[in-house]
Amino acid sequence: MKAEYALTGRWYLNGDLACAEGALAAGCRFFAGYPITPATEIAERMAIRMPQVDGIFIQMEDEISSMNCILGASWGGKKSMTATSGPGFSLMMENYGLGIMMEVPTVIVNVMRGGPSTGLPTLVGQGDVMQTKWGTHGDIQAIALSPQSPQECFDLTVRAFNLAERFRTPVVLLTDESVGHMTEMVEIPPPGSIKLVDRKKPRMKPENYLPYEGGKDLVPPMPAAGDGYRIITTGLTHDERGYPIVTSETQEKLIDRLDRKILDFKDEIIDNEEFLLKDADVVVVTYGISSRPSKRAVKLARRDGIKAGMLRLRALWPFPEEAIQELASHVRGFVVPEINQGQVVLEVQRAVCGQTEVKHLGCAGRIHHPSEILSAIEEVEK
Amino acid sequence: MTTEMVHDPDSVHTYPRWEWLRKGRMPHIWCPGCGLGSATSYFIEAVEKAEIPPKKLAIVSGIGCTGRIAGYLNIDSFHTTHGRAIPFATGLSLARPKLRVIVFSGDGDLFAIGGNHLIHAARRNMHMTVLCVNNFNYGMTGGQLGPTTPLHARSTTSPYGNYEHPFNLSHMAYAAGATYVARWTVLHANQLIETIAEAINHLGFSFVEILAPCPTGYGRPNKIGTGLDEMRFYRENSVIRHNIDPVEAEIDLHNRIVVGKFIDIDKPTYLKALWGGVSRAQKVI
Repeated sequence: MKAEYALTGRWYLNGDLACAEGALAAGCRFFAGYPITPATEIAERMAIRMPQVDGIFIQMEDEISSMNCILGASWGGKKSMTATSGPGFSLMMENYGLGIMMEVPTVIVNVMRGGPSTGLPTLVGQGDVMQTKWGTHGDIQAIALSPQSPQECFDLTVRAFNLAERFRTPVVLLTDESVGHMTEMVEIPPPGSIKLVDRKKPRMKPENYLPYEGGKDLVPPMPAAGDGYRIITTGLTHDERGYPIVTSETQEKLIDRLDRKILDFKDEIIDNEEFLLKDADVVVVTYGISSRPSKRAVKLARRDGIKAGMLRLRALWPFPEEAIQELASHVRGFVVPEINQGQVVLEVQRAVCGQTEVKHLGCAGRIHHPSEILSAIEEVEK
Repeated sequence: MTTEMVHDPDSVHTYPRWEWLRKGRMPHIWCPGCGLGSATSYFIEAVEKAEIPPKKLAIVSGIGCTGRIAGYLNIDSFHTTHGRAIPFATGLSLARPKLRVIVFSGDGDLFAIGGNHLIHAARRNMHMTVLCVNNFNYGMTGGQLGPTTPLHARSTTSPYGNYEHPFNLSHMAYAAGATYVARWTVLHANQLIETIAEAINHLGFSFVEILAPCPTGYGRPNKIGTGLDEMRFYRENSVIRHNIDPVEAEIDLHNRIVVGKFIDIDKPTYLKALWGGVSRAQKVI
């Protein structure tokens, strides 16, 4: 499928606005949200733009209802999105889980700021990575992407919609205040060169339709309300018919399929940028805004004769543990700079499994200076 | 009605409108004497009366005993999270404006945990019908205090009597902006069928409060007796008063209950107002 619409051209946009344009190009025609710094610009842009493309923008009473509203709209057949930041993301956790259980394609943009609680509304943070995976109750597999620039806000928002439709699950775009408020050139291609994915629709007759039977790819086809399939869906543990069956057998079968529909196909999601990795002794594992000072630090290290490299995670969940494991077998160590007290570093340590040194470099409310990361590289190299 | 069939496990096959039910989901989970079976039956008769084909209907519910209705009806049905049926229905209704979206849920779900969503959907005059079964307590979790539990009533979380003042649901829905408001008890079969049919055909936010016995959760600790006893009470103490300000529509389970169709007014729906705005937006470009 090709996109039908895009604001083609070269534009000077901040990351938030680029997200909104990415969503429109991806075919998003329903936005529900609630104002919150530093994500408000996405809602404001959508309020202007949605009527222009015959879409719906609605400002809800809170983030709980915003999340539910986009699930309802997705069941109505629309590609839908919301955008928020930490406090709102916390409120969305309940129905992020409902989206995963009902298998609803939708996109949540979280422009991360410093937390916990109200924290740092106007300053950058990367503290919601673990919340995306563990924030809702029960076991889930998350899909989360992490852009480092306004251009990637556009590109990865399109990708987030495609993954949501492909895997029939909510996808989180974990951007941050710095990327959201940074203005750079964004190139928006013509619609004909933007590839889109649409959810699989049931082809069988309604009487033969089993709403929660995954096929080969473990993703059940999804009709819209009003298509005549007499949809039955619930947040309760359910069988293939969509009937709530509260037994351990049903739970094991359902959770296993929900896990495997993502983990068995995670190569379609994992998206790493490798920079000077081939001969690297020290690898900086990085994502989002932190990858920009990281790249600079790697270049500085190389200038000083240290064989440094960078692995940038454009997709944070599912975590690319195999790539880390492979590196762990031959590098001297890892540096993980993050604007938090240590989140992705825990996953890196899990993958490395004690084979080599893993150094976390935290900070709060600001971006690392390349010199800090360089010092960490030097320490690990010794 | 269905009362004589309650104990027959095959009753679904003899129920005249079984094609509206998901047979595989029967028997339902409701207790003997509960008003929810009747409420479901009235809903089915109402949509038949309103001549709405099943394909044009979607039902959304939250959590609780009433929340189970969505999954029993053989139409597009969405059993969402506690209190969140209305915002979910908002998305569905806006994405598919030709669907008749019905929210069928309980008083605790819609007015306690979901109270904020209800008042804002009413304020927006969002096109949907909210059928609220009010049984004065949290039934599914075993009879706890809710936002409708009368003063001094006993529940498992008000063991010494309730010292909180209850909401008047119809008044609250009206005050928040609902453009159609009615209240009946499950004894009022014909009136309820008529009212639900009218509410579904109403453009905008319609609200029907359905008073129902919960002999297990509310009736027993408050010495109301069986479901039938509570129905008898409804018969003897209901006062029909149409077109009154819902603030005057009191519910006193030891004195009288005011029922009737209180409000039916025309006001542009959210979507109609939005489309007005859209034409302005498109003129700007």
